[in-house]
Amino acid sequence: MSPIDFVVLLALISILAGVLGSLVGLGGGVIVVPVLTLLFHVDIRLAIGASIISVIATSSGAAAAYVRERMTNLRAGMFLEIATTTGAVTGAYLTTVLPARFLFILFGVVLGYSAIAMFRKRKAVALLSVSHDRIANYFKLHGSYYDDAEKQEISYKVVGTKPGLALMFVAGMVSALLGIGSGALKVPAMDLAMHLPMKVSTATSNFMIGVTAAASAGVYFARGQIDPIIAAPVAAGVLGGSMMGAKVLGRIHSNKVRILFVVVLAVIAIEMFQRGLF
Amino acid sequence: MAQREKTPEELERLEQKVRQTEIAISWVLRIGVVLSVIVVTIGLVIIFIHHPGYAKITGGVSYHTVAGKTALFPHTFGGIIKYLKAGKNGEGRGIVVMGLIVLLLTPILRVVTGVISFIYEDDPPMAIVTAFVLFVLIMSFVLSGA
Repeated sequence: MSPIDFVVLLALISILAGVLGSLVGLGGGVIVVPVLTLLFHVDIRLAIGASIISVIATSSGAAAAYVRERMTNLRAGMFLEIATTTGAVTGAYLTTVLPARFLFILFGVVLGYSAIAMFRKRKAVALLSVSHDRIANYFKLHGSYYDDAEKQEISYKVVGTKPGLALMFVAGMVSALLGIGSGALKVPAMDLAMHLPMKVSTATSNFMIGVTAAASAGVYFARGQIDPIIAAPVAAGVLGGSMMGAKVLGRIHSNKVRILFVVVLAVIAIEMFQRGLF
Repeated sequence: MAQREKTPEELERLEQKVRQTEIAISWVLRIGVVLSVIVVTIGLVIIFIHHPGYAKITGGVSYHTVAGKTALFPHTFGGIIKYLKAGKNGEGRGIVVMGLIVLLLTPILRVVTGVISFIYEDDPPMAIVTAFVLFVLIMSFVLSGA
């Protein structure tokens, strides 16, 4: 394979990663990392560097549309970033202490569990109309959005800010340690613990993953893990794909987004186990 | 801390402000993203123009090494300038990295816009929250030594 084939093929695969990433609120690293390591035999450390770029590209590309369509809960997103960014900085420095193998397995368990929890909850989508969560009320984290698939304005209340913050700290750490967007942890935290609607959770996760990734990107950049020849087609492809994906989310039903998310979650869980065990 | 109830007029004005900031954030993201795609693509094209051999090599792509001190591409902010000056050999890569930095900066710029907009919406608690996130981001770049 010549470098030009490599660049073109990688750009095409990245478009796909961008579409999927923007729909389910994950970074697209889910696709980029295995493709780079398994298909192109790229060093895992360079793949992680490219994955961080892909996460930021998905986030910025999709968030531009989601914020405009009022799908993102900006306040809740920014509030939870307190936990994810501090988690990411902690994680970036923990890499040397914790064995990666242990992390992959732990992450696999957490993802497997959230996949099952999200699948079980697939029918119960009752949103809250009252919240007694004092933090959520103080920061006015509640919101509403217009659901294009159901043709109506949907308002919701936020609860569980404390478990939400704790989960986000872990998500930030995992994001820095494994170079993934960790939307896989953010979406269940918002959907299950904080009762945000599924679409709002993925859109807000999209908004957040870029900021979290930026907190650990400096470290990767300084270490020379961000290679221009690999990162350039990934960045361009994912950006294009995520903008396409963002056009779709408004129009499909929340339940379909949830099922797609559960499937992707299960796949990553298996991938993590594989990396941890073999 | 009991807050005074807002009149319908005030509420409507606030909603308009919120909408304005949402649009502003959306534009910041869009401009950053489009700019970075353009710069990265130009860089890629220049790499292939300066190294026509790249299109002919077969079976020779190997990405097994991480950059050390003798890296083939810049990985510090200071290194980019040196690469751009290096002309033919480094120009394309330097431009790609510049585009990637624009991409890396979009989330940070988005947080900056957040701080400004929460001040504009007269919402001190959220402005403080966002300023804290910005502080952590800046610290992460300083501590990493990039």
